[in-house]
Amino acid sequence: MTDETLLSARKLSLSYGMLPALVDVDVDLWPGEMLAVVGESGSGKTTLLNVLSGRLAPDAGAVWYRDPDGHLHDVHAMPAPALRTLHRSDWGFVHQDPRQNLRMNVTAGGNVGERLMAQGARHYGSIREQAIDWLTQVEIDAGRIDDMPRTFSGGMLQRLQIARTLVTHPRLVFMDEPTGSLDVSVQARLLDLIRSLVTRLNIAVVLVTHDIGVARLLAHRIIVMQRGRVVETGLTDQVLDDPQHPYTQLLVSSVLHA
Amino acid sequence: MKGYNFAYLDEQTKRMIRRALLKAVAIPGHQVPFGSREMPLPYGWGTGGIQVTASVLGAGDVLKVIDQGADDTTNAVSIRRFFARTAGVHTTTRTADATVIQTRHRIPEQTLRDDQIIVYQVPQPEPLYRLESSRIETRRMHALADYGLMHVKLYEDIARFGQISISYDYPVMVNRRHLMSPSPIPAFDNPKLHRMPTLQLFGAGREKRIYAIPPWTEVRSLDFDDHPFRPIRAPHPCGLCGATDSYLDEVVIDDRGGRLFVCSDTDHCAERRAAGHVGTEGLKEAAE
Amino acid sequence: MSQVMLRTTALAKSFTLHLQGGVRIPVLSAIGLDLHSGECIVLSGPSGVGKSTLMRSLYGNYRAESGHILIRHRGEMVDLATADPRTILAVRHETLGYVSQFLRVVPRVPAVDVVAEVPTGRGASQDEARRIATDLLLRLNIPRRLHGLPPATFSGGEQQRVNLARGFIGNHPVLLLDEPTASLDAENRAVVISMINEAKARGTAIIAICHDAEVRDAIADRLFALTPLQDAA
Ligand SMILES: Nc1ncnc2c1ncn2[C@@H]1O[C@H](COP(=O)(O)OP(=O)(O)OP(=O)(O)O)[C@@H](O)[C@H]1O
Ligand SMILES: Nc1ncnc2c1ncn2[C@@H]1O[C@H](COP(=O)(O)OP(=O)(O)OP(=O)(O)O)[C@@H](O)[C@H]1O
Ligand SMILES: [Mg+2]
Ligand SMILES: [Mg+2]
Repeated sequence: MTDETLLSARKLSLSYGMLPALVDVDVDLWPGEMLAVVGESGSGKTTLLNVLSGRLAPDAGAVWYRDPDGHLHDVHAMPAPALRTLHRSDWGFVHQDPRQNLRMNVTAGGNVGERLMAQGARHYGSIREQAIDWLTQVEIDAGRIDDMPRTFSGGMLQRLQIARTLVTHPRLVFMDEPTGSLDVSVQARLLDLIRSLVTRLNIAVVLVTHDIGVARLLAHRIIVMQRGRVVETGLTDQVLDDPQHPYTQLLVSSVLHA
Repeated sequence: MKGYNFAYLDEQTKRMIRRALLKAVAIPGHQVPFGSREMPLPYGWGTGGIQVTASVLGAGDVLKVIDQGADDTTNAVSIRRFFARTAGVHTTTRTADATVIQTRHRIPEQTLRDDQIIVYQVPQPEPLYRLESSRIETRRMHALADYGLMHVKLYEDIARFGQISISYDYPVMVNRRHLMSPSPIPAFDNPKLHRMPTLQLFGAGREKRIYAIPPWTEVRSLDFDDHPFRPIRAPHPCGLCGATDSYLDEVVIDDRGGRLFVCSDTDHCAERRAAGHVGTEGLKEAAE
Repeated sequence: MSQVMLRTTALAKSFTLHLQGGVRIPVLSAIGLDLHSGECIVLSGPSGVGKSTLMRSLYGNYRAESGHILIRHRGEMVDLATADPRTILAVRHETLGYVSQFLRVVPRVPAVDVVAEVPTGRGASQDEARRIATDLLLRLNIPRRLHGLPPATFSGGEQQRVNLARGFIGNHPVLLLDEPTASLDAENRAVVISMINEAKARGTAIIAICHDAEVRDAIADRLFALTPLQDAA
């Protein structure tokens, strides 16, 4: 167990006009850890994810990332090229709508291979091999490698997005409602897939979800947000089974078998 | 010609273009915006190239203009005539005699020298244009040298056709930093871009962009280790001069569907024939 | 004398129900308990007295309100009442096992992998982990044809046996068992009793809740009686 965090945020605040979307938020994430961010719609989950990943600058506070060499980087003070490099190598982002991330006019193989090529992979055969390997890992038939994503179902698109993101073995992946756009029958399969891949590859994940069941299934720790504030945080099963804050109790009581 | 400044453009405009050219030379392969002027020619006739040529031309220069390798197409002839009139410069069809060569779609076969300048007419300066429609995004990709997408295009080609199917305007990396469109020259010409002794200038009039490759700059055609770049050439000798190493055009020679492969670089072909080289067609003519 | 593996001092726990106007339910107070290696303590007391609450608090599933829960983890006593989440997870990983009353099924994961997850999580190969898991499931009379199926559709008794296999496979030095035999028939009860006694013989320290007097007599070294608190509200 390492004591050094992979990502740490302190006193993050951000307002949209008069609306406080983040108020004094602290976050710590350790290597290989799954952290769920839950809360009702509009509580600031996506905003937090965007600030943590450097896509949105906070009004106050800082986010620190520790690179594989142990150096700390102030994410919001990083030069744009360095941040972009981070986003296409060490980090990954999984969107609720896979179409936001996938290139719909590029084959499945090209979609999976892009991050490899962006990192300088220049051997077609090996790029293709890795694409096939990843398609298989996300349970897409390797025979579909040259098909366009528009011929894929919603669940397949989401799995393709995951393959495209994980192919470079990122250390940290941000996920915003990865199962949100899928129907329930497909959700379970995807969750299981995320769970096993992330565990096996020891990837740290910040997972935004309003589905407490998803958080329970995947996350080691949980952050409960309400109106931009963290109202409770801790071990996932403790927070969900013995919630202390009134808002968490409300959240937990409003779902069956959470 | 009365009423016009030397080489048509006013001095202030030329200075502005020269400044853009200097910046372009300083950052090889980087597209520099410039205030493209209305020219007495429609876009597509090389207004970008003409403005660049006008800005670098001096009274003592000798100008050659080619279009697809030929000096005698309407386009080439009218541009040559334009500068002969507005600048009073000498013009030539001989590559070796020219000091400035403006070209559309070809690089002369003859190795160019360090006392020459070649000016390319560019319709679309953005190599990522077909892949990413947002200008802001492509600019960011250049700024960050984020060119994975271009390789995705090559990957897609190989996946679909078994090989990279780009036969002209084949993208290159300049000085290991900037992805660049070499203009719609055949991929066959790409190796000539690499470490060329000649200053290479590119002008895109409609898109208002200028870029450059300084002499001796490294220019690599994008490829994969296991699918290396290969300049493609029709597997024939030139019917007129017998050359086996020049880029060929296929021309229809009679109304019975007869076809002939001949050098696309007409000056090169003529020079060779003058030096006594003969192709199959030439032999036939001699026999008749 | 064998080592103390788990010790609680002055442990207290109450629930505050904010959705019911903030009513406070005190459940545990001044719990002092010592558990030694190789020993099995059975919690006793009437329904609703707080047996499961105590056990969940020991596991870190409920948050101790005050007092200490010391557990011997990697040779040192760690206080689970104040430990950070990552420490609690590490203790659960290596030291503290828990068989809940009901299996919480993970969709789509076959029974054998539900059980094998524990050894693979500790670095065992998939094959090795599955082999041990299979043996354990067979011992608990889960027929082979069920091993490859997710337990969601299993009967209550089958699910509980999968849960037991998952709890026992890790050989945790401290094991918490909440009604391990509640929905089992006599034959399977006997299997579980012998598994518990084998574990004790290996030195495992066990705390169990079981209403079945026969099972209790077969496994308990002593009882720990909980008595109802006066309602403060
Ligand atoms: N660009 C923006 N401009 C103005 N207000 C915004 C903007 N983005 C978000 N907000 C507001 O900030 C608050 C937090 O939004 P955010 O998207 O972070 O919520 P969320 O927790 O992700 O909700 P959901 O579960 O619905 O996705 C909301 O009230 C939202 O309306
Ligand atoms: N998560 C919780 N939130 C609120 N109250 C709880 C919670 N868990 C337990 N309680 C309350 O604590 C008291 C003790 O319950 P517990 O389940 O520990 O009893 P028990 O001794 O295990 O009973 P049984 O023998 O019936 O299983 C009960 O009043 C119960 O309602
Ligand atoms: Mg959101
Ligand atoms: Mg109970």
